[in-house]
Amino acid sequence: MSEHLETTVKAIQDRFDAQVKLFRGEYTLIIQPEKIVAVASVLRDEFGFNMLMDITAVDYFPKETPRYEVIYQLYSMPFNVRVQLRVPVDHLISKLDTVETVFPVANWKEREVYDLFGIVFNNHSDLRRVVMPSDWVGHPLRKDYPLGYEEVQFSFNFDEIMKNKPQPKD
Amino acid sequence: MTDIREVSVNELRHLVSDRALTGETMLLNMGPQHPSTHGVLRLLLELDGEIVVNMIPDIGFLHTGVEKTCESKNYMQSEVLTDRLDYLNPMGNNMVYCMAIEKLAELDVPERAQALRVILVELQRISSHLLWLGTSGLDVGAMSTFLYCMREREVILDIFEMVSGQRMMTTYIRPGGLWRDVPAEFEPAVRSFIDYMPAKIRTYEDLLKKNELFMDRSQGIGVISGEDCLRYGLSGPVARASGLNHDLRKKQPYFGYENYDFDIPVHTTGDVYARYRVRVEEMTQSLRIIEQALNRLPGGPVRSNNRKYVPPPRSELGTSMEALIHHFKLWTEGFSPPVGHVYAVSESPRGELGVYMESDGSPKPFRVHFVTPSFVNLQALPLMCRGLFIADVVAIIGSIDIVLGDADR
Repeated sequence: MSEHLETTVKAIQDRFDAQVKLFRGEYTLIIQPEKIVAVASVLRDEFGFNMLMDITAVDYFPKETPRYEVIYQLYSMPFNVRVQLRVPVDHLISKLDTVETVFPVANWKEREVYDLFGIVFNNHSDLRRVVMPSDWVGHPLRKDYPLGYEEVQFSFNFDEIMKNKPQPKD
Repeated sequence: MTDIREVSVNELRHLVSDRALTGETMLLNMGPQHPSTHGVLRLLLELDGEIVVNMIPDIGFLHTGVEKTCESKNYMQSEVLTDRLDYLNPMGNNMVYCMAIEKLAELDVPERAQALRVILVELQRISSHLLWLGTSGLDVGAMSTFLYCMREREVILDIFEMVSGQRMMTTYIRPGGLWRDVPAEFEPAVRSFIDYMPAKIRTYEDLLKKNELFMDRSQGIGVISGEDCLRYGLSGPVARASGLNHDLRKKQPYFGYENYDFDIPVHTTGDVYARYRVRVEEMTQSLRIIEQALNRLPGGPVRSNNRKYVPPPRSELGTSMEALIHHFKLWTEGFSPPVGHVYAVSESPRGELGVYMESDGSPKPFRVHFVTPSFVNLQALPLMCRGLFIADVVAIIGSIDIVLGDADR
């Protein structure tokens, strides 16, 4: 592992009270939602993490606090190292600010997270849906969002399924 | 169709200038069924005469919910979906997906499989660049290259059909290696292709260099600076055309790329022409990599021996009880990688293609997320187009090589 990455992780851990995890050679820093903008700008300005490659989220559904974790993948082109930031976010109460001011690429990435998970980013300039239709109801990547499928017809449930099946109109 | 939803200009108020509200500039819809948008991309253009004041890309017409579907299928079944993301780079998508599983499960890949992966992915890169060269040439009025490029691309697709049985949706690269070894005809077919291709690349360059239309419409158009590339997370040929010497095959090599001798073409002007130069030069470099990999192609197995992840060969099923059990478990339940999350990256023909994969220890992925280059490229499109003509927009869309399946997922 690179020396630069280790000093960076150590510094962020001390300054922002972050937790550090190491798995398969990848460093993950767990950050409080209020501090994400500060951490992102410190990483960019002081430690050379000049590219934000991705923002995504994971839903741990039955768990309520924190229900989601928002994940930021940062890359440092001069030092050729990556670091991952994870931000636990509660259901409904979002204290998460946009990092659009630090990395403009976050604009669409955050729109995608909002679209598919319903996580609201405060102060975002253009928080509209990006991949789903603008009048869509619900956020598909949440674990409690149903995955549509067609039930297999057997003799015991044949009539019931036929009753609800959409028929071509005359 | 009665329930068409109207979008008022107020909803887009924050994206257009004040002049759009007074009617001084015009809002014009381009796409989604426009031949120059390479798929289903809709652009809302704010125009002052013929000059683009602002542009609002609207994507999602090809959104298929692959990430949601993956969560309900096991790891092997989900791999088939990855072919459909970036449909010009199915081998590369398979590879990066397998890289994530291999990283998560610490699965080994035999040397022969690594070298074959490199050959196949580089062939895929050439085929993707050929399709790009043909269609973006067509966009700006260079008709004949299109037909030639398609002809050469067909040779590559035939090689893919030979190894995997499919021209495009290959699913040939599997966790822990490949589906099966390549047939005996593979090596001569690839060798004849690499002998035949350099002359063809020179032909394309001659065709385009002497084409006034192409040169006029590509030089100095759609300039993006290296700094903006960093801010907007652009990677791949777009970043390399703006002077950033960044290629993951060199920077963070995988599957033995560090052993091959190749150059990274970098240009500094950042315009449509520079992107064209970078991609054409990349094709030559890919041919070099393929040739070296073929010359050094090691023998041996093409699949890992880790039976918890890789099914045993068919021949063992009749004699080994363990092989039968592993076969049954892998094809009914699937494998369960350890709990954790990884982020695997590779250099796709369009830029950095990543997979974020999280496992909860069950046979189904808890979360799979594809970090796709076309998505970020499209976000930077307005930046390149402001202040130019509508006709230039067409050339710029062609030059960033978008694949809507890749952007919408």
